[in-house]
This record gives sequence, structure tokens and C-alpha cells, in this order.
Amino acid sequence: MNPVVRDNTPVLRPGFRLQWEPVQNSHVLLYPEGMVKLNESAAEVLLLVDGKRPVADIIDTLCERFPNVPGLDEDVLAFIEVAHAQHWLHIR
Amino acid sequence: MLNTGSTSAEQGPPLWLLAELTYRCPLQCPYCSNPLEFANHKSELSTAQWTDVFTQARALGAAQLGFSGGEPLVREDLPELIGAARELGFYTNLITSGMGLTEAKIEAFREAGLDHIQISFQASDAEINNMLAGSRKAFEQKLAMARAVKAAGYPMVLNFVTHRHNIDQIDRIIELCVALEADFVELATCQYYGWAHLNRAGLLPTKAQLDHAEQVTNAWREKLAEQGNPCKLILVTPDYYEERPKGCMNGWGNIFLTITPDGTALPCHSARQLPVSFPSVTEHSLSHIWYDSFGFNRFRGYDWMSEPCRSCDEKEKDFGGCRCQAYLLTGDATQADPVCSKSPHHHKILQARAEAEQPQPGIEELTFRNERTSRIICKA
Repeated sequence: MNPVVRDNTPVLRPGFRLQWEPVQNSHVLLYPEGMVKLNESAAEVLLLVDGKRPVADIIDTLCERFPNVPGLDEDVLAFIEVAHAQHWLHIR
Repeated sequence: MLNTGSTSAEQGPPLWLLAELTYRCPLQCPYCSNPLEFANHKSELSTAQWTDVFTQARALGAAQLGFSGGEPLVREDLPELIGAARELGFYTNLITSGMGLTEAKIEAFREAGLDHIQISFQASDAEINNMLAGSRKAFEQKLAMARAVKAAGYPMVLNFVTHRHNIDQIDRIIELCVALEADFVELATCQYYGWAHLNRAGLLPTKAQLDHAEQVTNAWREKLAEQGNPCKLILVTPDYYEERPKGCMNGWGNIFLTITPDGTALPCHSARQLPVSFPSVTEHSLSHIWYDSFGFNRFRGYDWMSEPCRSCDEKEKDFGGCRCQAYLLTGDATQADPVCSKSPHHHKILQARAEAEQPQPGIEELTFRNERTSRIICKA
């Protein structure tokens, strides 16, 4: 599997849905017969995955929102790679 | 949330709701998970009652909803039920044999908001599939519908129940699933409850058969990974070849909630056979049922356990195994699951393994799941 780069545009795999669950007080990723409870940073990234924004835009948006987090760009890239490897999202 | 159950002080919400809409089914699989006496339970909740169940379950926190049966497609209000559930925010799964499915229904379900369709197969070739399903047209229909499901853009899970008569075809089964572009493939060996328990000797594979299936599956996993194919193979082996029991349902009444066609609420889909009284959604709220009812609290926590579970340092991992299996094999649901080598009843598992090494009846001699046999079994 090729590494994810900043020009890539991620999109959630068909049938996968990101949703806020009040009872769990967190975002979850729902898919056929499965559910992953997401931590806050994972949810922040996936909320920006819309099939239009490239990785670079997602990083810029989050850097503006959280200016005091060091190494945020590398973390975002690493998370998208993990999500890609899990087949939660496709890369275009 | 009001929470008065004595052993449920820290009990979390149900996350999964399995809606067994009906026990009616056009197929007759001899490993069906429905109760043997299903012919005695004819009544079905109405559309309004199911919608109320979905509303209550969603408010409690359930996010995954499976429409199951029997064959859920025989409910004519299925599109309406799907629509209601999706509107509430459920991730909606249709678990079907594919019998009675049409392209028009697939489209209607999509418009209603259905998220995913799982089709079950009985084997990779038409002959065994049809013999097991008790229907000559079954296999071609399933193939056609699997293609239609993918063409409509749904994610697709293909479920193959495996046993001694088809597990040696696992290479062809996987090949077929990959060709059909399944997103997930469940290669699930029979779990020996209900009809599968009745037919166990004719279904349980040998250890050598299982080892072979595991090797073939692993080889396919490597091949799929190399190709970057997202198809995921899930091999469920029978616990009869384990030395420690499974942590059944992630614990009794912990995350799973099953509602049977007549509204009886169960902590798992086989629990109806236990000598435990379970509440009905026609008489109680789901909140009461989940948090406060006797049935759902019966095997929560560890106080109900006897030895060797009570003092076992693995009890928090496996919860003593499966209550239904303990009851089926020992007549006492508070026993350790006999799968555990520490169980004084473990020899019953060893006997079943030895039995599997002997020649067993062919498929045609199994007891098929239908109304007639169910009524005979009820009377006996």
C-alpha cells in the first residue's frame, strides 16, 4: 500500500458513517455490523474527510484550529495512513 | 438514567439491537439459530410496536440495528421499519438469505435508508447449497442478488455457515466471495445451539478440516493484502476445539439486546432455551428490561458463578463462557462452559470431538428446520 501524501484526497469508504453518539459522549465510526469509538483527535480529522478536501487542507484547517499543538501535521498524516490501512477510507 | 438493578450499578447501555422480525422463513437450514419450538411462537409485533422498540433502544444508546429472522423479507412493512430506524440514527443492517429479494426491493430499501445487506450462503456450489437450504432455486437467486446488492452501491457482507459437509470447499467459497466483491466475508462454522445442536454430529467438522480451513484462509488473507483488496475474511471457528470458552456476547446483558418476533427480550438470540424467565416489550419498557429485569441481571457480574469459575483468574476475560452451552451440555446454566478444560464436564466436548472423527450421517439425514419438525419436537 502506497504511503498517503498531502495531495491525496481521502473519502470515507462507502457504507461507513461518522456519527455523534450522545450516550457514549463521543463520535463513532459505524460500518457493517461494527462500530469504532473514536477519540477526540481522530474524530476531528474524520469530520473533515469529505471527499473534497485534500490532506493538506485538512492539516491547515486543524493547525488553524489548534495552533499550539506541536507536530500536528505529522499526527494527522499518520492517522490518515492508519485509517487507510484499516480500509475506513479510500484515497484519491 | 434510572438504574435500580442491584448488580447493574455500572451497567452500560445496549449498543446492538437484533430485531428478529419473524420466525417465518422459506428455507429449512438444519443449523438455524431459531429455537426448536419456533412453531409455538406465532405472534409478531406490529409495525407500531417495532417502531416503539427502535425508539426506546435508540434512546438507551443502541447504534447498530440488525433486521433478522427467520427471513426478515417476509415482513411486508420492512421498508417502513428500515425508514423508521434510519431516521432515528441507527446503522441499519439487513441480514437475509436473499430469498424473496428483488432489485426493486433493494432500491426501495436504499431509499428508506438501509445501510448494509448481508446475504447468507450455504456452500459455494449449487448442489450442496440447495440441499442444505431445502430449495432448488436458492443458489442462483443468491448469486443474482449478491451482484444486485453490489451494483446498487451497498457495502456487502457474505456469510457462509460452514460445517463438515462444506468446509473443505473453503478455497472456492472465498474465491466466489472475492469475485462477488464482498467487503466482508464471514466464514462462520456452526455454533451448536438450537437446530445446529440437534444436528451436531452431522455438522461438526474434524480438527484436520478446521486446520485446513485456517491455512487456506490465511493464504487468501496474504494474497488479498498484497493486492490491496479491502475484502476482509472473518473465520469463526467452533469453540468445541478450544480449551478456554469464548467471552460469549461480551458478557451477559452487556452490549447485545435481541427482541424476538413476539416481543420477548433476550441477552442473546439463543437464550430463549434457558430456564430463565425473560421480559416482553409488550409489558415493560426497554429501560426496565435492560437495567432492572431478572432475566437480564441473571448472569451479570460474577456472583452467580460456581467453581471452577468463581475463583478463576480468567473469569473477567471469558465470563465463564456461554450460558446456553453450559445449560445444553450439563443441564445447569450456572456451570462453567464445558469448553473450558477446567470444567468437570469437559469430557462432553472431548466426546463430540471424537465423534467428529467417525463417519456421520449425510446432509439428507439431518433434521431440517421447518414447521412440521418443529411441531414434532415440541410434542416430544
